[in-house]
Amino acid sequence: MTFDIALLLIQDGLTNGAIYALLALAILLVFAVTRVLYVPQGEFVAFGALTLATLQQAKVPGTAYLVAGIGAVTMALELIAALRARRTQGLATSAMLYVVIPTALLGIAVWLAPLQPPLLVQVLLTLALVVPLGPMTYRLAVQPIANASVLVLLFVAVAVHYVLMGLGLVFFGAEGWRTPSFTSFKVELGPMTASGQSLLVLAASAVLIVLLWQFFGRTLWGKALRATAMNRTGARLVGIPTEASGRLAFTLAALLGGFSGVLIAPFTTIYYDSGFLIALKGFVGTVIGGMTSYPLAALGAVLVGLLEAFASFYASALKEVIVFSLLIPVLLWRSLMSRHVEEEHDE
Amino acid sequence: MKHVSRLFAFAAPAAALGLATGIAPAAHAQAEIKIGVIASTTGPGASLGIPYRNVYANMPGEIAGQKMKYVILDDASDPSTTVKNARKLIDEEKVDIILGPTFTPGCLAVSDVAVEAKIAMVCLAPVVVPPNKMPWVFSIPQSVPVMIAGVIEHLKANNGKTIGYIGFADGWGDLVLKALETTAAPAGIKIIASERYNRPDTSVNAQVLKLMAAKPDAILVGGSGTPATTPHIALKERGYTGTIYHTHGVIGADFIRVGAKNVEGTVAPTGPLMVAEQLPDSNPIKKVALDFFAKLSPAYPQVRNAFSGYSYDAFLLVQAAVKPAMAKAKPGTAAFRQALRDGLEGTKDVVGTHAIYNMSPTDHNGVDGRARVLVRVEGGQWKLLK
Repeated sequence: MTFDIALLLIQDGLTNGAIYALLALAILLVFAVTRVLYVPQGEFVAFGALTLATLQQAKVPGTAYLVAGIGAVTMALELIAALRARRTQGLATSAMLYVVIPTALLGIAVWLAPLQPPLLVQVLLTLALVVPLGPMTYRLAVQPIANASVLVLLFVAVAVHYVLMGLGLVFFGAEGWRTPSFTSFKVELGPMTASGQSLLVLAASAVLIVLLWQFFGRTLWGKALRATAMNRTGARLVGIPTEASGRLAFTLAALLGGFSGVLIAPFTTIYYDSGFLIALKGFVGTVIGGMTSYPLAALGAVLVGLLEAFASFYASALKEVIVFSLLIPVLLWRSLMSRHVEEEHDE
Repeated sequence: MKHVSRLFAFAAPAAALGLATGIAPAAHAQAEIKIGVIASTTGPGASLGIPYRNVYANMPGEIAGQKMKYVILDDASDPSTTVKNARKLIDEEKVDIILGPTFTPGCLAVSDVAVEAKIAMVCLAPVVVPPNKMPWVFSIPQSVPVMIAGVIEHLKANNGKTIGYIGFADGWGDLVLKALETTAAPAGIKIIASERYNRPDTSVNAQVLKLMAAKPDAILVGGSGTPATTPHIALKERGYTGTIYHTHGVIGADFIRVGAKNVEGTVAPTGPLMVAEQLPDSNPIKKVALDFFAKLSPAYPQVRNAFSGYSYDAFLLVQAAVKPAMAKAKPGTAAFRQALRDGLEGTKDVVGTHAIYNMSPTDHNGVDGRARVLVRVEGGQWKLLK
């Protein structure tokens, strides 16, 4: 291996690692706040990429109908809950969130898609279409069983993963899509050329991570999320609505997932079922971070990206084996280093 | 339980959509020939399974005055479901023959069932089975070596001496590499680099760097569909100038849609169906292929793809086998299944959309070099290479 090749591999590893880092943060955030191991995170990646690709074909993306459809189902659930509890309080907000906004989004998508708006508008529309699926998923699948054990929540997460993947096949079809590069810009950095697309991914990930950091450190909602993550009962006692925290965590996760999808769409062909493996690598990063620390999870994800790049070079047939085998020493080390804490027992 | 029922309220519509491929209602009449079809219309194999299925869903219900009934099941690209489907077709639907499955692991899994139940199966994916299973297992698609031999011939004709390989890290990648190894050596062509990648990989730059360091005259990409463009685009971005060959797994508009300018000049083998209009009139396949398009395109406009062609060829072979079998036994009986199998094995010069099939007890694939043409991407179109 020459120095040039090593530099190229590092560039490649960092680019992928940056995307894995975003997903690792999303998975960790959802886990910390709601104790759900967020298996469907990858679906949001695929939805983000496929929505953008469809918009670039000047067609109305399936997500527009999906959001309106799932929104209607969510609203029906809210109505039933309201009828049972015999109260109308909060229904207006629900109607706004689950019916008015999704329908408006569908309208905007139908109107804008054939006009081929500039890339930035397409990206914003993509995010606007993908993000509402996060809180809706929370309302439909998690909120009713928010106090169940971690294992039950994991089962539900797996079920949601399959449902969303199935819907992805119905709404996007079985074929893969790839979007053109955002930029053909290239920079000469010493002996290597860095593509503008890679730099864009690195910059966007860095900006998002800083924004998240500011959000958690400075805003009331960010602090509420951290409080919920640290101690759910305590958070509730001081008046933090845990359901709203959960919804917010899912919204942020959907945003991070959708955005990752937009970022990787020019690198590879994305299928309706491609997201899972990508998010799984983010998950490995989260595990390296011990499922507790955001900076460690992000670092772990970057490590996964780098390991993947070098493994691809030396033993491409065994690449996935090498990447996922990383979990074994990490878990061994973690279990030797940390004191065992009993899982909370609640039925 | 309340929570569980809520969850189901969410899952049920999706499940209903997933099962939309449906199961045809059971019929009781024995006068018709029942054909069981197993296609992967969901799961990772869906982009192949759907065109396979669509042909049967739009086929006429008659062969030579004989009523035909298709029972189509989806196996979700999962071999264990495939086996369950096969048993269901045999035990409950009492089909006379099985067409499918549409992916190689599924074919291998079902071959045991077919041998046990003594029912012929026509795999719609390339498969090689041990001799004891062979009597009941037929396979339509051109074997990979038949296709790759075309690549090697072309490379040799253009004075290529070395070739690099990059393929999927799965069974397909293995098959193509093995075919390349068996066909390259006799032609005096050396494989000087061999790399692997996965369908959803976001980057193959590392593998491409290693391939290019070996400086092969040409590179063969052992992929299929649009993910085959990933290494191709990476090679072009790094400035590779040699010919990039692909397998017949990429032929279709989607490959060019995703690869765009980068895949100009790609050379790949394919069945004659894909370029039917460009074939010379002397080729008997031309007429059959054009007839196939004309027959199915009103109901199924995307009929022009290799997978649909295999489905149709399987139908043509069954059609050829039905006539002699009808003379021997009644549909729905073990004797008829045996006669249908014998008929299939005895088919001679059946002109299909992909090949001219000549089955024999030792050859249950029945295709030769006429089942392969080379095509090149020129101006965003697949053009027949003369």
